[in-house]
Amino acid sequence: MAQLPLHTAGPYVAAAYIVFVALILLYVAIMAGKLSRIERELGELTELAQRTRSPGDGQDAL
Amino acid sequence: MYGKRLRGLALSTFAALTLTLALVLFWAPNDAYLGFLQKIFYIHVPLAIVTLCGFIAGGVMAIQHLRTRDPRWDMRSYVAIHISLVFGVGVLITGSIWAKGAWGHWWVWDEPTLVSFLLIMLLYATYQPLRFAIEDPERQARSASVFAIVAGVFVPINFAIVRLSTAYVHPRTLSNISGNLPGRMQVVFYLAVVSVALLWVTLWRYEMTSKHASAQLRALKRLLGGDEDEAPARRSAAPSVTHLGGVR
Amino acid sequence: MSAPPTRTVLAALLRKDLRVELRSFESVPAMALFSVTTFVLFHFGLRQDSLSGDLASGVLWVTLLFASVLGINRLFVADAEQGGFDGFLLSPADRSALLLAKALALLAYLVVLELVAVPAFALLLLKPSIGPALPGLLVVLALADIGVAVIGTLVGALAVRTRARDLLGPLLSLPMLVPVVLGAARATEPLFATHAGALPLRWLAILALYDLVFALIAFALFDFLLED
Repeated sequence: MAQLPLHTAGPYVAAAYIVFVALILLYVAIMAGKLSRIERELGELTELAQRTRSPGDGQDAL
Repeated sequence: MYGKRLRGLALSTFAALTLTLALVLFWAPNDAYLGFLQKIFYIHVPLAIVTLCGFIAGGVMAIQHLRTRDPRWDMRSYVAIHISLVFGVGVLITGSIWAKGAWGHWWVWDEPTLVSFLLIMLLYATYQPLRFAIEDPERQARSASVFAIVAGVFVPINFAIVRLSTAYVHPRTLSNISGNLPGRMQVVFYLAVVSVALLWVTLWRYEMTSKHASAQLRALKRLLGGDEDEAPARRSAAPSVTHLGGVR
Repeated sequence: MSAPPTRTVLAALLRKDLRVELRSFESVPAMALFSVTTFVLFHFGLRQDSLSGDLASGVLWVTLLFASVLGINRLFVADAEQGGFDGFLLSPADRSALLLAKALALLAYLVVLELVAVPAFALLLLKPSIGPALPGLLVVLALADIGVAVIGTLVGALAVRTRARDLLGPLLSLPMLVPVVLGAARATEPLFATHAGALPLRWLAILALYDLVFALIAFALFDFLLED
């Protein structure tokens, strides 16, 4: 089993893999923003639909 | 439906990447010549391969768009190029880190992968400005598809030409290594390529799901609220989501 | 009304473009002047009286490239602004004639550019005599010009109907023209060396192949750029 030598190359390798992970996570974060916007708009639409269907009721199923 | 297989894909990607990382750090032997620094190449080269294939895939999807006029293919092409651009940034940064570690400079012209990548990224960086500069969505999609096809053809040709031009000046370093790998290294390398490819596909589906959901949302909005003020059509570099609305 | 033969259409379109250029002098004088000015700039920038070998090669081709970009930008502008596209599309003529006509026009501009730029280069910056290099240089110029013409026409058509066409033209064409510059520069390096060498056939082959591939692609895709 190869040891993990801690000489000068270590930080570079670590940096490279960290950059890779960071890019993925950044991308996920941006997509998360889009996802929450979709959720919010869906909520608004559901409300709108309920209002159109039963204008008398003040209930909401959310 | 793009989200259906997303969970399975994401999980297998996670498993593959974790396994690869573990193997890289604990199982693959240290390169006799380059030492520990060589481990960067298990992420840099697979990223590069997948990015280039991604750009070509974007071109193929663009061909389908021009053939079928189906705006879904344009969306697929756009997302493919977008994901590949992100991966491409990763290629340039990891390549730069490797160059600094191996040569002491943040950039080397001897490394054909890096040089041709710089060129390709400079080209694809114009993709979104091009789309943004054309307002009519159909013309935007068509011009973007032409660009994606031309650029997709350019990718392998450029790679070959740059390789040819550097081979006679300096011996190739990183690319040389990927040629003849001893057993264990080869296994880990191929696994790394598969893992990164899985990641690309997962992220592609992820973004397609999001865009498709937005499109369906728009369609729903239009269905439900006739007098509801429609969000003003903003100029955007992304393909018009309204075209996707209501389509499966 | 049957479609007129492509040759006639091609000739007509080419004549129109060349005549417009002769009357308005939009592109070619600017390209030529730009190249000469750039040589002067290089003299001051590099602080060299004369160049040879790969430095000479590089300076010549980069200058020609940037001068070409000026021409690419203007190639479709007149048509786009004055409705030439629609007129052409309404006619039953073969669409590829427009592509070919534009590419040939650009090629003509490049040839005129080089008639000015190459002697200027030989006079101002080149150390070894240009005589022995000339035949090889002409071949490389021909191949490189075809490449620039093909890619320039493709990119010009792509960029002309966008909002930022003056920016997008160069941005799109420069990366795609790097292999042309690369191939041409490598091919002329030994020609400009102090002890002149032979013309490397490998780079000629690469240039020719590049030209061929993108000519085919342009031919296949041009229709999609013209329709509206």
